[in-house]
Order: sequence, then structure tokens, then C-alpha cells
Amino acid sequence: MKNFEYVRAKDPADAVRLVAERPGAAFVSGGTDLLNLMRDGAQTHDRLVDVNGMGLDRITIGARNVRLGGWSRMADVAAHRFVRHRFPVVAEALLASASPQIRNMASIGGNLVQRTRCGYFRDAASPCNKRVPGSGCPALGGENRWHAVFGGSDHCIAVSAGDLGVSLLAVDAVVLTSGPRGERRIPFGEFQVVPGDTPHRENVLEHGELIVGVELPFSHFAGKSRYLKLRDRATFEFAVVSVAAALDLRGRHVRDVRLAFGGVATKAWRSFAAEDALRGKELNGSTIEAACRAAVSGAEPRQHNAFKVELLQRAVSRVLHDLGGVR
Amino acid sequence: MTEEAGASRHKRRTVLKAGGAAVAGAVAHPVLEASAAPARTEAATGVPITLRVNGKPHELTVEARVTLLDALRERLDLTGAKKGCDRGECGACTVHVDGRRIKSCLTLAVMQEGREITTVEGLARDGRLHPVQEAFIRHDAFQCGACTSGQVMSAVAVIEEGHTRSTDEIREWMSGNLCRCAVYPNIVAAVRDAAKEPRS
Ligand SMILES: Cc1cc2nc3c(=O)[nH]c(=O)nc-3n(C[C@H](O)[C@H](O)[C@H](O)COP(=O)(O)OP(=O)(O)OC[C@H]3O[C@@H](n4cnc5c(N)ncnc54)[C@H](O)[C@@H]3O)c2cc1C
Ligand code: SF4
Ligand code: FES
Ligand code: FES
Repeated sequence: MKNFEYVRAKDPADAVRLVAERPGAAFVSGGTDLLNLMRDGAQTHDRLVDVNGMGLDRITIGARNVRLGGWSRMADVAAHRFVRHRFPVVAEALLASASPQIRNMASIGGNLVQRTRCGYFRDAASPCNKRVPGSGCPALGGENRWHAVFGGSDHCIAVSAGDLGVSLLAVDAVVLTSGPRGERRIPFGEFQVVPGDTPHRENVLEHGELIVGVELPFSHFAGKSRYLKLRDRATFEFAVVSVAAALDLRGRHVRDVRLAFGGVATKAWRSFAAEDALRGKELNGSTIEAACRAAVSGAEPRQHNAFKVELLQRAVSRVLHDLGGVR
Repeated sequence: MTEEAGASRHKRRTVLKAGGAAVAGAVAHPVLEASAAPARTEAATGVPITLRVNGKPHELTVEARVTLLDALRERLDLTGAKKGCDRGECGACTVHVDGRRIKSCLTLAVMQEGREITTVEGLARDGRLHPVQEAFIRHDAFQCGACTSGQVMSAVAVIEEGHTRSTDEIREWMSGNLCRCAVYPNIVAAVRDAAKEPRS
């Protein structure tokens, strides 16, 4: 790891300025992704701005939402009584992430900005359009079992690896930022971007824009929600396929629904088509089946990851059966 | 340790000598004025920090890029925390910071100023092993030992967190610690056993 300047920010405005003024600067929160990226040479920075110790790691309960501080720890959010009861999908996604030690260190903001686990991206010796724009994408014709079946392009098919973001789509969460050009509220659905021909960009944050919080609005569907994560081993592993589902059910009638997927797309992937197959309908075996089919419409499997198309449908089916009490 | 780090260590030693301390870094000594946290460090030069480890302040000068794990092992000669993977995947480097378990290879030493760090060396009290350490011995919960100090640090935390109500729960909450010798059944048994006796 190349050495760098280390600065402790006094407050969010100070943090924003310290990063914005230097192109090579980055925020550091838990350090759990950043240090690995820097060790691997996937990212280099000449200044790290520590955003801890600004007292903004609280979880606050408002009349219409719960607000997570940008640097509240994954473990604290997962254990929070209100989050567990009103947003179970968020707590479950966090508990299914990484390991207990990492969850004690890692922040909500850092989690949403974590980079892909594509092995070529993390190996500084191989070409990669995301790391070195224009150098090529070896995953397209290479080892792509882990890669995306949705949202890819000829330039990049790397999976967005995080679990939290998938759950945020299921509860209509909003990211709160503070940047060089002021404050923004960004619905999480607009926060991440697909690679297109600029795979080095993964979200809409500007250089120096800080995630100061995430808002989870109360809703009927958020209260009845679930996260199912399928992986190569029982725990402490990234998703091969994951599903975040939220249901507002009146009797068997689906008043509203959210379905979002992880492990299969270049960003946390909300399936409007699958939702539409259920919204306003009765939840039963055949509507669930229709939703599963809709969920994988437009999938673009590659040589090693076609199994995800089948696995995703089974995962969606299982979540909806469990959550909706359908036998 | 890199050459820059060596050089800055030298400078620090000179400073400390002038202040009356014989050795830098490796030995604990009373907090000098330098304990006031410097907010900024320049690249390629060291930053003087004070780390509180196992109840004692340690002054040392580190480059910003030095992880807590390397500072503990290479500078403070606390080699109980092991470097297994150096990327957060194995848990051999587990220590406690302000009472919470973390992976010391994933954080910078400069980020840990002002925190209370506990390593496996700090578990024993008055020459007596921690009940978790004793339970590991009773249950033969290690073979090569490479993962053991990390397992023990996690086990102490797991018990404090209250995640020991079943074998499955222990396995899930110990999952950040891998064991290449696969002593998992004995580790789980040791944790179950130690969880029964609250620490006085
Ligand atoms: C072994 C291992 C297993 C893992 N498994 C999982 C898993 O199963 N599921 C999962 O979801 N994740 C997993 N992770 C990823 C982990 O969740 C992330 O590393 C972590 O959430 C990042 O948070 P951090 O605070 O440590 O971020 P840092 O490492 O400090 O920062 C990461 C990035 O975010 C930026 N950043 C930090 N804070 C902010 C902010 N407030 N605003 C804007 N930018 C910011 C930094 O500049 C940097 O670019 C795993 C990580 C490891 C090491
Ligand atoms: S999939 Fe994306 S991240 Fe992976 S090698 Fe191709 S360009 Fe790089
Ligand atoms: S050395 Fe830190 S987790 Fe492996
Ligand atoms: S005892 Fe050998 S790695 Fe665990």
C-alpha cells in the first residue's frame, strides 16, 4: 500500500472540503473495503479523510421515518429494535453480510459505496475497464460465474456485491448526502448506475460528496419484508443470488409489493416487471409463478452464470411463499 | 516494516530520548503531551500516536498506512493477534476496540487513537487465564494454534454479546473466524462451556 496523508475531519463540511479539494482524496469510515482496495492496488489515494468521531453515527426515529447516520455501524443498525420490527428486510440483509467483526467496523455509507468483488477488478495485474477505462473486460469471455445477468454492457458485467442496498430498494430508502454543491436527497433506486460505457462510475456521488444518512420511510410493505441470501457456503460469503421482498397484503390481495435482487446485477436490481405481476392481484401459486418468470425476463446469462436465472426464480418463489404464507 | 517507517522510527527515538525515555515504540511509558491527537499527517512521514493497549498507553510513530495489526505486532511486539490473510477473511487478527471485536488488519493504527484496545495478551488477570482461554484448553479447541487467539477474542465477545443460546447461534456468530485445522466442534463446545460461567 502506498503511503498517504491522513486527516481527521472535524465535521461533515470539513470532510467534504478535505476530499473535494484533492482529486486523490477519499473518505475512510470503517476501512474494511478501502484498505483491501488500496492493498490490492485497485485504488490509490494520496489522502484519507477519517469521517469517524464526528458524532453522526446515530439512529433517530422520526414521525415518518427512521434515519440512519451515514457512519452508523452495520452491527448497530442490524440490532436496532425499530429497524428489526419496522424494516426486517434491512436488519436481515445486514445480518447476512460479512462477519460480526466486520459489521462492528463497517459503516452504512461505506457499505453503499463498496466496490465489486470481480476478481479481475481486484487484481491490479489484469486488464479491467472499471479499474483502467479502455483496458478491456476479461470477465466477458473469462471466469464469469460470479457476474451479472442484468444491467451489464459490453464494457463491464461486474456484480454489485452489497446486501444492504438490495434491501433499501425494498423499503424505498433515500440516501442523504452533503457535497461540494450542497445537500441532496437521492432515492436509493437512483443512487447506483449501470456500467454502460463508463464502468468506473458506480453511483451518482460526486467527488467529495459524503453520505450523511439514509432515511427509511415507514410503510405497510416495509413492515412485512424479508431478505433471502443464497451463497456458496452457509454464512460469511457474498450472495450468489439474493432477494429482498416487501409485501402489503390485505387478506390475499397484494396492495403493494417491492422485489429487489442481489448477486445477479450490476447494481441492486429492482424488478418492476415482477412487482407488476403481483400488484393488485391475489397472491397465490400462479401469480407467484408469473412474478418469477417476469423477474428473469431480459436476463443475459454468460458462460458460467446461467444457473442464476433458475436459482433466482426459485429464490423469489420461496420468499413470496414464506412471506405471504402461501402453501 | 518499510524503510520510511524505519527512518521515522529513528527520528522518534531521538525525540523520546531527549524526553527521557530510553526506547521508542515497543515499550509502554507514561503519556507525554503528544497524546493530544494530531489531526493531520503528511504522506511518507510518520505521525506520533498513542495507542492504549491492554490498559497501557504506548507512544509510537507510524506511517498512516500502517494497520493496527502491524502496529501491534511489529511495533509493540504484541504478536498474539495473528496475520492470517491480511484482508478481513480469516479473523486471526481479531482484537477488541472499546469492547467490540474487530479485525485489526482492516483498520489503520492512526484511526485507533483514543480507543481502548484489548489483545489476547490482555485477557489474563493476575496470572490467571481468562475463563474462555481455560475452556479452550479443557475442550482441546485448537490444533496448530494459528487461529486460536482470534477465536478466543471472538469467543469472549460472542459471550458478552449473548449469542450463545444454541450451537447454531454460536456457529453463526463465530463465523468470522476460520480454522484451517477445522477444530470447529471443539471451539463451539468451549464457547458453550465458557458461556455458562460469567466472568467475575
Ligand atoms: C471479508 C469480507 C466479507 C464481506 N462480506 C460482505 C457481504 O457478505 N455483504 C456485504 O454487503 N458486504 C460485505 N463486505 C463488504 C463490507 O460490508 C464493506 O467493506 C463495508 O460495508 C464498507 O464499509 P466501511 O465503513 O468499512 O467503508 P470504507 O472501507 O471505509 O469505505 C469504502 C468506500 O466508501 C467510501 N465511503 C466511506 N464512508 C462514506 C460516506 N459516509 N460517504 C461517502 N463515501 C464513503 C470510501 O471513500 C470508500 O471508497 C465484506 C467485506 C469483507 C472484507
Ligand atoms: S466485469 Fe467489470 S470489473 Fe470485472 S473485469 Fe470486466 S470491467 Fe472489470
Ligand atoms: S488477518 Fe485479519 S482477518 Fe485475516
Ligand atoms: S487450530 Fe489450526 S487453524 Fe485453527
